Amino acid sequence: MSRFLPLLVGAIVLAFWEVFVRVLQVPKFVLPPPSLIADALVANLPQLLDALRQTLEMTLAAFAASFIGGLALAILFVQSRLIERSLLPYAVVLQVTPIVAIAPLIVIWVGVDHVERAVFILATIVAFFPILSNASFGLRSVDPGLADLFRLYRATGWQRLWLLQLPSALPALLAGARISAGLALIGAVVAEFVAGSGEATGLAWRIVESGNRLEIPRMFAALLLLSLTGLALNAAIAGIEHRLLRRWHVSHGESS
Amino acid sequence: MLTLAGIRKNYPNGLAALDRVDLTIADGSFTSIVGPSGCGKSTLLRLIAGLASPSQGRIEGQPGTIGLVFQDPTLMPWADVESNVYLPLRLAGMARADAAPRIVEALALVGLADFAKAYPRALSGGMRMRVAIARAMVTQPRLLLMDEPFAALDEITRNKLNDDLLRLWRQQGFTAIFVTHSVFESVYLSTEIAVMTPRPGRILARHVVAGPAVRDGDFRISQVYLDTCRAVSHDLEQAMAVTA
Repeated sequence: MSRFLPLLVGAIVLAFWEVFVRVLQVPKFVLPPPSLIADALVANLPQLLDALRQTLEMTLAAFAASFIGGLALAILFVQSRLIERSLLPYAVVLQVTPIVAIAPLIVIWVGVDHVERAVFILATIVAFFPILSNASFGLRSVDPGLADLFRLYRATGWQRLWLLQLPSALPALLAGARISAGLALIGAVVAEFVAGSGEATGLAWRIVESGNRLEIPRMFAALLLLSLTGLALNAAIAGIEHRLLRRWHVSHGESS
Repeated sequence: MLTLAGIRKNYPNGLAALDRVDLTIADGSFTSIVGPSGCGKSTLLRLIAGLASPSQGRIEGQPGTIGLVFQDPTLMPWADVESNVYLPLRLAGMARADAAPRIVEALALVGLADFAKAYPRALSGGMRMRVAIARAMVTQPRLLLMDEPFAALDEITRNKLNDDLLRLWRQQGFTAIFVTHSVFESVYLSTEIAVMTPRPGRILARHVVAGPAVRDGDFRISQVYLDTCRAVSHDLEQAMAVTA
């Protein structure tokens, strides 16, 4: 029953919205009724789906790059405090500098002829840090007793990494991946906004375009697709997390 | 024979955790190390295991294969019982198929043959400790080091595990070094007992337990048992008085 509560709330809000807009005769370029948004979605579906595909490709590429890069750097950090101390401040600088502020620079450097490269780099920068920090934390959260056992049995560095550190880091790594996937989508959209010149034709560009043309229903339709994409990404990683952790981790109870 | 001669181990701040520890342990013996908390019992065990090196002195005669059991079962929560027991062999580069019969054997030794596919969180505290013992036994160690392995268990489970441990020791013939703060447990299990003083840790006294080879509930109420408990307790009180 409680599974359907959010749907029920959504239906009530939509109905109220529809009635409110029609009764008060709100202009559709200010707030279109849901029915009109649905029409716009259907009418523009091929174009919007194509835009969604582009944004999704960027998001997934950036997520994959930040996952691999963040994990690799975290592994490097755990091997050597010296490397961590030398590099971590720069990773933090990337994290705390607002992406919108770096975007024009990245666009000038790599994006003049290849906007998608700039979008990819910007989205990767945004998605990178949660992986790095969560993976570093996880890789260090090794049971000291198990670490002793691995030393007693003369484990090699690879065995330590593969059989001890990575499994220990898995829960934290997955939590980081969930944040990072969401950020990759946000990063891709923000980067498209900044870099968008008509060459980048992802969902963000469709939103800007619709805004410029006062096609507000289409703008809402694109927004809806973006939200659904974010939800799907989140659900996909939650699913992976469940598969990997359900048998042993405290976050997944016996009953599940 | 395992020999510890003039062992000193300093804390990072330079104070001695252990000082002038001399101890010889005969092959096949069951030696308990008894002492108040903070006397460096665990440190001594880590030195024997080779997980730390002494600041002074030398340790000789450690066999190549050593088993280690901690106070916590220290299992890998992400791996089932079988994989946990496989770990030492896996780290030694043995293929799973080759290790399989030895894993089965080790689990049978501790009475967990039916739990190979269970995950640690599905097991009771006593069963987890059995898995830890099976993992230590799977390499067929010549020396088994145990650091208060049963301290966190209830008394019934502890007595049962004590008996199982003695049976294993008789069957397998390894040398056992058992750290505990329980006088009763040490007398029940051991052929020899070393009493330690705290800060810096040092061997205050040694006792030979003249008990029967095969021990059971009767031994717990025998005069030898009671006399030895009294003598060890007396030494332990003296050990405490050193710091008090």
